[in-house]
Amino acid sequence: MKLELRGITKRFGALTANDHIDLTVEPGEIHCLLGENGAGKSTLMNVLYGLYQADEGEIVLDDVVQHFAGPGDAMNAGIGMVHQHFMLIPVFTVAENVMLGHEQTGFAGFLDLSAARRRVREISDQFGFDVDPDALVDDLPVGVQQRVEIIKALSRDAKVLVFDEPTAVLTPQETDELMAIMRQLKEAGTSIVFITHKLREVREVADRITVIRLGKVVGEASPTATNAELASLMVGRAVELTVHKDPAKPGAPALVVSNLSVIDARGQVVVNDVSFDVKAGEILAIAGVQGNGQTELTEALMGLQERVTGEVTLDGKSLSGLSVRKVLDSGVGFVPEDRKEDGLVGEFTIAENLMLDRSNGAPFVKGGGLQLAYLSTFAEEKSKEFDVRSQGIGTEVGRLSGGNQQKVVLARELSRGLRLFVAAQPTRGIDVGSIEFVHKRIVATRDEGIPVVVVSTELDEVVALADRIAVMYRGGIVGIVPGTTPRDILGLMMAGEIPAGVEPLDPEGAAA
Amino acid sequence: MSDSPENKPVTPSSPASAPASAPGPGTAATSAVEPPSRWRTTFNEIIGGSVMISILAVVLAIVAGGILIALTDENVQKASVYFFARPGDTFAEIWKSVSGAYVALFQGSVYNFKRPDFLDQIKPLTETLTFATPLIAAGLGVGLAFRVGMFNIGGRGQMLIAAACAGWVGFTLHLPWGLHLVVAILAGVIGGGIWGGIAGLLKARTGAHEVIVTIMLNYVAFYLVSYLLRTPVLQAPGSNNPKSPPIDPTAVLPDLLGPKFNLHLGFILVIAATVFVWWLLNRSALGFKFRAVGINPNAARVAGIDVKNMYVYAMLISGGLVGLAGVFQVLGTVTTGFSSGIDAGIGFDAITVALLGRSKPWGIFIAGILFGAFKAGGFAMQASQGIPIDIVTVVQSLIVLFIAAPPLIRTVFRLPDPSKPKKPKAPKPAPVTREAVAAK
Repeated sequence: MKLELRGITKRFGALTANDHIDLTVEPGEIHCLLGENGAGKSTLMNVLYGLYQADEGEIVLDDVVQHFAGPGDAMNAGIGMVHQHFMLIPVFTVAENVMLGHEQTGFAGFLDLSAARRRVREISDQFGFDVDPDALVDDLPVGVQQRVEIIKALSRDAKVLVFDEPTAVLTPQETDELMAIMRQLKEAGTSIVFITHKLREVREVADRITVIRLGKVVGEASPTATNAELASLMVGRAVELTVHKDPAKPGAPALVVSNLSVIDARGQVVVNDVSFDVKAGEILAIAGVQGNGQTELTEALMGLQERVTGEVTLDGKSLSGLSVRKVLDSGVGFVPEDRKEDGLVGEFTIAENLMLDRSNGAPFVKGGGLQLAYLSTFAEEKSKEFDVRSQGIGTEVGRLSGGNQQKVVLARELSRGLRLFVAAQPTRGIDVGSIEFVHKRIVATRDEGIPVVVVSTELDEVVALADRIAVMYRGGIVGIVPGTTPRDILGLMMAGEIPAGVEPLDPEGAAA
Repeated sequence: MSDSPENKPVTPSSPASAPASAPGPGTAATSAVEPPSRWRTTFNEIIGGSVMISILAVVLAIVAGGILIALTDENVQKASVYFFARPGDTFAEIWKSVSGAYVALFQGSVYNFKRPDFLDQIKPLTETLTFATPLIAAGLGVGLAFRVGMFNIGGRGQMLIAAACAGWVGFTLHLPWGLHLVVAILAGVIGGGIWGGIAGLLKARTGAHEVIVTIMLNYVAFYLVSYLLRTPVLQAPGSNNPKSPPIDPTAVLPDLLGPKFNLHLGFILVIAATVFVWWLLNRSALGFKFRAVGINPNAARVAGIDVKNMYVYAMLISGGLVGLAGVFQVLGTVTTGFSSGIDAGIGFDAITVALLGRSKPWGIFIAGILFGAFKAGGFAMQASQGIPIDIVTVVQSLIVLFIAAPPLIRTVFRLPDPSKPKKPKAPKPAPVTREAVAAK
């Protein structure tokens, strides 16, 4: 089926999210929609899927103009969407999830589950998906859950499939498998719109690339374009994709973690007997697929987890069992993984957020009262230093872009006298320009002789920053390897294997 | 808003993704701010609606009240029987009943131009302020709890305990003038504070929800005070009624404008309390932490703020402020001895006051005076027009209803949705674009 978007315009008040966007997807083509966060990709797809009504322009399928009042219409017209966050019910089986929303019923309204099972098997066999219709979705790995989403769309005879940032939650291997599936679907004549901001994936799988910036189509590129070309098209200027960093000059071990285990609220061991150390002036990256204990590990370091065993020392002083306040006071800077949830108070101003974890005494508080004059001088200075783009320090942080929000967090944490810097997913969901800035600041912090822990699920980031890499899998550290370790090996380690011939720096995974 | 609906963080724990959270552009724009949870968003929405919404809610509630007055008025009903013969009669009666009611409300609460001399004419206004005094105090308490993300429904219990403490000091201890009043007020505030603090402590230590705990503590306080009013602790000697002895004159809040008016020193105290709460919330370190916890407890915890302690402190102060309302009742309004009905429903009205005042100290002050006017004027309306005072309660309830439903207000008055990006003021688009370009 041929999909055409003609002059789609979508405005939210003064903001034009989509400005006369034209897009044509031929049958059996993988069309990449490349753009930064906030460029308008998802808005465009939501228009296509009937979630938004376009202010101008039309959607044309096989030369017939369509009017979608909601996702139901879009689905009936043959458009399917695989969302970034899966729309599955975890306690239902695969078949139940697939039939959800267009249940077939038999006698007296009983669900015709066997028909749904048959449908799942059919599609699964056709593409070699290897999905058991009776498995509970909750028990399936993320990659397989995504296939369930694809089956769901295909079971409704989708001829155009939209993948919205599908690789964010996948391991590199799962990503490769997804690419293969996309190619297969293409062979079968399905048109695919693939939304992403990851350049490598685009070049690997795309037939055509449309780049969107600030709600406008800024150009088409061929898959043979280089990363740098694509990036500059996306950002509108030349971007440094790799951070310049001199070789680390590691000093003595500063942060020593030994036999650390964390049990979560459900009684599960989420971090299992982890030991490592970080030397002054080096960056240890903790790699791994989302949900393998990295979050809990950093929280345990910060004193945010309740049930922790093992020992954590910083410069010889124990951090175990200290309150968050005390850990912060010992000179630990922390960039939490989810800045909107844990790092910032959205309705507070930039200035207020800059003193969020320093509300206990001088210089921001004297005699129980806030030192507002000092705070505003400080905030002016820091927003300049960290290049926070806003209409002023009184702007609510929730109104800033992701990149600027992250700069506020960085400014706050890096302006305290630090002895350790822990950054979890420091560039998640922020634009390329800000990523560059954040990476530079992290390396600069290292060069000041501060030990740095960076947790990231993005291999690109890990490889760009790390002096050493610890790979986590199911709560344990698979191995600690040098920063120069090739991606494919890291990818295997992220799946829990140590490939033959790889010498972890620390075979036991233990420090000491 | 350079952060368009586009970027959702890649956290699996966040359920917000396109179809779930984006039935319309409004939702999508707010989801860029990614609030902690749906319940909290709704809570913040209700607590922090805009000034305009509050004012329009009052207007709308008064209009709805007018319709109710017209519908229930006997003369209107009689005239409507022959509506098609002479519709003018019906409209005349409607006008008469509604305008009569609201004029009476005005005369009873602000300024009565029918009275002979100025002091008498202005007396309704002082009545309004007298009624407003405990409402503002309790409203400040409830509003403070709102700002820390808690719903203090225990106003009744806190007021009763405070009234019992202040009253007991008032008629048992016989201290010199001045000191007696101070001790009685402190006793009440501390009593209310402890009663609120219990709820805070239970929430902090056991995770019990403060709504349940405060409601239950209302019953505990009510039956405790009722019981004590039948024992020599609080009961007037030689009496069989569950009523306390009168307060010593040394512990009574002195009249501000002489014996002719009921307005007492409490009004000055409540102004001071408003200033205090304003300072606490906006200028103090404790208030900073309060607000952070109220908006985003997760971020507060990560920033090293002891969230649980904040809940306890906030409920202590909130209970103390509500307790101040109990003190005003027992040392200012009813000084001849109190019964277990001394709270007069103020603990619940305070919730409305806090909502209407958007949990801001001065907003609560104004809302409290408005509600004081309703109370003072309601009696006048009943007396002169025979309109049941319940209509005032209905108007008050409608105000809450409308405040809780901002979209309704917006639809009625065709206001723009604030969660959508603002309408372009002439110079605005330029900086937005520049920022966005620069940020990318």
